[in-house]
Amino acid sequence: MKFTLEIWRQENGEDAGSFSSHEVDDVSPDTSFLEMLDILNEKLTESGGEPIAFDSDCREGICGMCSLVINGEAHGPKRATTTCQLYMRHFPDGASITVEPWRSGAFPVVRDLAVDRSAFDRIMRAGGYVTVHSGPKPDPNDVPVNPEISEKALDASTCIGCGACVAACPNGAAMLYTAAKVSHLSLLPQGQPERQERVQKMVAQMEEEGFGSCRNYGECEAQCPKSISIDFIGHMNRELLRATVIEPTDLRGEMKTQ
Amino acid sequence: MSRIAKYYGSIIGKKAVVAVTGLMLLGFLILHSIGNLKGFLPPNSAGEPDIDVYAHFLTVMGEPLLPDMVALWAIRIILIIALILHVVTVSKLAAHNRRARPVAYRNHKHVAATLPARWMFVTGGIILTFLVIHLLQFTTGTLDPTPIVYGCVYSNLYYAFQQWWILLFYVGALSMVGLHVFHGAWSAFQTLGVDNPDRNRKLRGFALGTAAFLVLGFLSLPTLMYLDVMKHPNAYGESCVLSDGRSE
Repeated sequence: MKFTLEIWRQENGEDAGSFSSHEVDDVSPDTSFLEMLDILNEKLTESGGEPIAFDSDCREGICGMCSLVINGEAHGPKRATTTCQLYMRHFPDGASITVEPWRSGAFPVVRDLAVDRSAFDRIMRAGGYVTVHSGPKPDPNDVPVNPEISEKALDASTCIGCGACVAACPNGAAMLYTAAKVSHLSLLPQGQPERQERVQKMVAQMEEEGFGSCRNYGECEAQCPKSISIDFIGHMNRELLRATVIEPTDLRGEMKTQ
Repeated sequence: MSRIAKYYGSIIGKKAVVAVTGLMLLGFLILHSIGNLKGFLPPNSAGEPDIDVYAHFLTVMGEPLLPDMVALWAIRIILIIALILHVVTVSKLAAHNRRARPVAYRNHKHVAATLPARWMFVTGGIILTFLVIHLLQFTTGTLDPTPIVYGCVYSNLYYAFQQWWILLFYVGALSMVGLHVFHGAWSAFQTLGVDNPDRNRKLRGFALGTAAFLVLGFLSLPTLMYLDVMKHPNAYGESCVLSDGRSE
């Protein structure tokens, strides 16, 4: 198979960047998208050029390291699939393919197609944890959990933190990511002690990073490689309303009669 | 109050304010369109059109507890505040969102967003402009290409909608309302965390149904007046007829 690639090249964060055109020939249909980029990089290196920088790690669709907006869609045209699990057979022969990095003010470009996603780590650090006791190991199934709720929490926990939701959102919002993390922990009994402050802190951090707001387009869910539901966004909105407006802030204050 | 301020400070809280004010405005639109449908009801014993009687009721609503116009103005003020909050908050969010993606994509596909969802800002802007013109025409009577007489709602509507261009203008504006409500009436519930997989179909059905009801409800009377299906205002009592045989 033969492809014409329009790839975003950018020296570093200060560079303005631009697209450059590359031809790849003789590509097997069973080559993955990232392998195709590897082949192109080999060619570029051999001819004395600079290889294209892009992120990848496990190449099994579970680590969340690969990215790329391919022909305008995060992780390419195949639904519920990461870029590393995308194969060249998913494209018509002779196709022209545009490859861009995640575009978000909170994800600065490091080089070419690689972006810095540490904004997600800072959101996690703000509240994505649970307290555990340091005593003896509890028995398995010690804490009863409704299996339906546990399944729902597991659905949220399938988020691999790749940032496709931000890339896909016309507003550059990180609502789906933050909502998946908030919901995952707040649904389970282990996450109850921090439930109130978790949503407040994570949402505050999400805003501080400069992510946009939600307009209920549903692009995030559609382009999420794990198909995480926008139901979790509703869940997070409810959690924030409860934590900020409904629950008392003074839990042990004095009360008088009159 | 500080909690509300803190909540409004967050982008999720701002969206919730947009949702709540949007639902308030939607509630008003539903009542307004039901009010307009009174144009189809038979006149009272004095021969006054039912819609004129209803319009008069709105001015004396709450009596004898409240003086004239008090209840009406209380509702108007609440709606004006809701509208201002709705528009100002949405503008703030839009400015925030523009900053979130400083470098645009060359190619960005929409795979899930519906056209009404993507055009909310445009339809909203058109509705706001329409609202100003609509109030200047039928509430204050400042814009009067056709005769407008205080209290004569039926004849005001009738003479206005004899003009094809006025009807066309209202058809255009109401289509914008329909598109805005189609997305907004569902989106508000999702923003408030009320939507979930159990209710999703019903809430989207509610939004579609409300949008259709508003468009058809608002446009039915003007369209039938234009097509001369509705009675001429002179067929109702004397109160809104002037010497030249038309209302002024």
